[in-house]
Amino acid sequence: MAADTPTQSPEPASAAEAERPDLTRETWQIGKVHRKVDAMERMRGVARYTDDLKLPGLLHAKILRSPHAHAKIRRIDASAALALPGVFAVVTGQDFKIPYGVIPWTPDENALAVHKVCHVGDGVAAVAAIDEDTANAALRAIVVDYEPLRAFFDPEEALATRDREHTINPYARKGNLSKHVLLEFGDVDAQIAGAELVVEGEYFFEGTTHGAIEPHCALAQVEPNGVLTVWSATQVSHYLHRELAKVLELPPHRIRVIQPPIGGAFGGKSEPFDLEFCVAKLAIKTGRPVKLLYTREEVFYSHRGRHPMKMKYRTGFTADGKITGVDARTILDGGAYSSFGLVTTYYSGQLLCAPYRFPAYRFDSTRAYTNKPACGPKRGHGSVQPRFALEIQLDKAAVALGIDPIELRRRNDIGADVATVNEFRVGSNGFQECLSRVESASGWRARRPTLPFGQGLGVAGSTYISGTNYPIYPNDMPQAAVQICLDRSGRARVFSGANDIGQGSNTMLAVIVSEELGVPLEDVRVLSADTDLCPVDLGAYSSRITLMVGNACLEAAQRLRRRVCRSVAQRWQIPANRVVLAGRMALDREDPARNVSSAQAFQWAEADHGLLGEVGSYNTPKDRHGDYRGGTIGASPAYSFTAHLAEVDVDTETGVVHVKKIWIAHDCGRALSRKIVEGQIEGSTYMGFGEALMEEHLIDPAHRGVHAGPSFLDYRMPTFLDTPELHAMIVEAPDKNGPYGAKEAGEGPLHSSIPAIANAIYDAVGVRLDRIPFSPPRVLAALRERAQLEEQGLVPAHKPDRRPRSAR
Amino acid sequence: MTGATKLTRRGLLRGFGAAPVIASCAGPSSGEAAAEAVSPADPLIDAVAIGPGLAPLDLRLNGAARTVEAAPQATLLALLRDQLAITGTKEVCDRGACGACNVLIDGEVRSACMTLAHDVAGREVTTVEGLATSGAPSPLQRAFVELDALQCGYCTSGMLISCSALLSRARGPLSRAQIQGAIAGNLCRCGCYEQVIAATLSAAGERSAL
Repeated sequence: MAADTPTQSPEPASAAEAERPDLTRETWQIGKVHRKVDAMERMRGVARYTDDLKLPGLLHAKILRSPHAHAKIRRIDASAALALPGVFAVVTGQDFKIPYGVIPWTPDENALAVHKVCHVGDGVAAVAAIDEDTANAALRAIVVDYEPLRAFFDPEEALATRDREHTINPYARKGNLSKHVLLEFGDVDAQIAGAELVVEGEYFFEGTTHGAIEPHCALAQVEPNGVLTVWSATQVSHYLHRELAKVLELPPHRIRVIQPPIGGAFGGKSEPFDLEFCVAKLAIKTGRPVKLLYTREEVFYSHRGRHPMKMKYRTGFTADGKITGVDARTILDGGAYSSFGLVTTYYSGQLLCAPYRFPAYRFDSTRAYTNKPACGPKRGHGSVQPRFALEIQLDKAAVALGIDPIELRRRNDIGADVATVNEFRVGSNGFQECLSRVESASGWRARRPTLPFGQGLGVAGSTYISGTNYPIYPNDMPQAAVQICLDRSGRARVFSGANDIGQGSNTMLAVIVSEELGVPLEDVRVLSADTDLCPVDLGAYSSRITLMVGNACLEAAQRLRRRVCRSVAQRWQIPANRVVLAGRMALDREDPARNVSSAQAFQWAEADHGLLGEVGSYNTPKDRHGDYRGGTIGASPAYSFTAHLAEVDVDTETGVVHVKKIWIAHDCGRALSRKIVEGQIEGSTYMGFGEALMEEHLIDPAHRGVHAGPSFLDYRMPTFLDTPELHAMIVEAPDKNGPYGAKEAGEGPLHSSIPAIANAIYDAVGVRLDRIPFSPPRVLAALRERAQLEEQGLVPAHKPDRRPRSAR
Repeated sequence: MTGATKLTRRGLLRGFGAAPVIASCAGPSSGEAAAEAVSPADPLIDAVAIGPGLAPLDLRLNGAARTVEAAPQATLLALLRDQLAITGTKEVCDRGACGACNVLIDGEVRSACMTLAHDVAGREVTTVEGLATSGAPSPLQRAFVELDALQCGYCTSGMLISCSALLSRARGPLSRAQIQGAIAGNLCRCGCYEQVIAATLSAAGERSAL
């Protein structure tokens, strides 16, 4: 294979030179700019992603999908498919009768439909064949006899139907109600009744999807020793491992799950999918390795993306802009299965109680089953939608009260080391600094009062969790664990179950090990997300890796460092705290000329202590939440804070919104690796921008539940030509619960980008866009409506003195 | 060989590409162009009918001459990935919509998923694996790493191809707008566009400093 020809080390010879430690600094790696540990192999095209793996005798699998949104399966006849040359096996729902679900309380889906299909694209049968063309031909030869049922595409309509016959999900116990949460903190009605201003608004957040560039892919093989190995583009190998064991009725130790390098996930690969069960079963049935790569269309139908949410908000304010109470009612359109929906329903309310202080709060969230692809977690799970509503509510209040929107947010800041109204403990809080940074970088004070009609600035703030306080399935074991081995060549090997999904978590671990043990990043080998080699980790979701896995890694690395330092100190006859490990050396802090290589130091330690291996574990503190039912969901060891400030240009003739710039200040506690944090901040904001202006994951009821555009041409993700200039600013308010004070950076900076754009549009042209996306027809309609009101004298003209003369 | 030439529909379409055919559907004015394209002087029309089984094909791949066998309907992407195990070029949308499978064909950027394998007969194909010189990454690849122009890396090979093509065809100092144009068809969902621009500018700067 030409691609595998050995190549010289891509690292420039000067790398070690460049990393010579500065002993006056407290740290030698933390907060610096690093190359990602796996960047060069990805760059050269030689990193092996799941679809790049090929095994001898490989078969290709394909899944037959339902053309109906809701139908009973009367009969499946696969005999003609099986008779085709090159077809090895067919599986149907009868092979997967045990239901599963990533949340243990809601196991409501089967790997393939057993008795009925619940959305267009639901898997019905899978085929393993000699190649993809033969597998596709076999799918066409399978005869399925469906009995179509009435389909529901509107969540409220689905909820209104209570009879068994119209219950979409076969495992649902309460008709089409998937989850209902009603929580009240304080006397909301009294607080709002006593307010000097009450802002009421209705908002709609359209569904959007992840659009990871790599389609889902899985490969399975039964090894000669009987172990079933599944390689999958998953972001949660451990949960996949558990569900495979359950559905396939195999003991977990007979299954090995490996996550190869992954081409983006964003929440879209955080639970098991039909393809993993299918390749596993087909590999068992045929005795040959089986691979399945989703087509792009299948990725869209698998979805698990952002829930469409219909939100009604009532917010009370005092005359000086302080929030008195928040009352929210939300309908979530869940699609056919629960996925993470139980958590989403809680998150739609629970994650809103910072960065602003709510004296009273009530949320009433209802998730409905509908005949659509299931919704699930997408970057900023559950809280991007309500954040959109709340931040526009605040902007409306600022206008009504004549208070600067940034100032109004400052006045409501909840502060640090404080409990939220729903009893979550907030630790460090850099929100004020975030606001100040975007305010000064954008020139808000000088520019906003002078920008002409058509141009505007808008601000919004948000918060997000750094990991969840409890694992998905209740247990008292560590939520994260890391194992580190040092060897006599001076290298470190890190074993971590966490999934690097492109966010750079393997590099983050290497940075911590490098910081503690003094070896440069290229001497740290991170082996991750292989259930046979690595300790259990819960995976890449809820922005948990830096804080949780980072803490576990730090514990193990510090234990090793103490041993190495002790051995060096003994030989030099100095106290151990004088030994510094940095720059591929061990040095005497007071006499840096006295030093040995890391390899020598490790050899001394290995001679003293035996093989140098250590483990570290992390469990969250359990005093971060309330005792009420649901009080743990959304609780986190630490919270990040963000402020977005967007500058827009609205073309009033075409309705086109041009977002020129977005300034983002994000409090990540402490940036362990500066460039990676900036990349996460910009990537999140980019994704939010796409949701605000361009993206719609639409299931079309007029076409019996078919996706409106399951391709990259129709589902419009921003190209570079669409993307605004992004200015990321790192704010550091270290949290005592984070490793070196670090909190999350990968999801928080998405949230407020969307309402910041909405608020900027209001500033520019005086119209409120309370539903996404802000497409030209919607902008034009809103402009027309405003013009009519202005003509009728019901509202004053917006920026009358700042319009071009002709338009006045 | 010429004597055995059979003009088939597929050969015809392959010979002068679909564009003139579509153009000829548009109106009588394009008839002339189509007639010109079928003129016997066009060497591509000499193509023999191939298929339905595998047919041999000569090409230059990443600088080396290769003879392979490919089915007539196989795409270049399938040839690279499935047959030759050159997997740096990724299958993402399979519809020419994302740029992830971009390769260079005689120096021009093309979607491997929209190109038939037999259409590269006798031509020079460069994939991401061919950007390095004797195993040393190109200045552009090094700049991508230094400036963190990738997160998940799945669009990266296509990005590199688009930017490499720009670097080799651009004369004089490179502008931001030129890079924007070059990667307008490359989707990156991690949102690294700005870093791609920075890396490409840096590689161009390095080159002009030489």
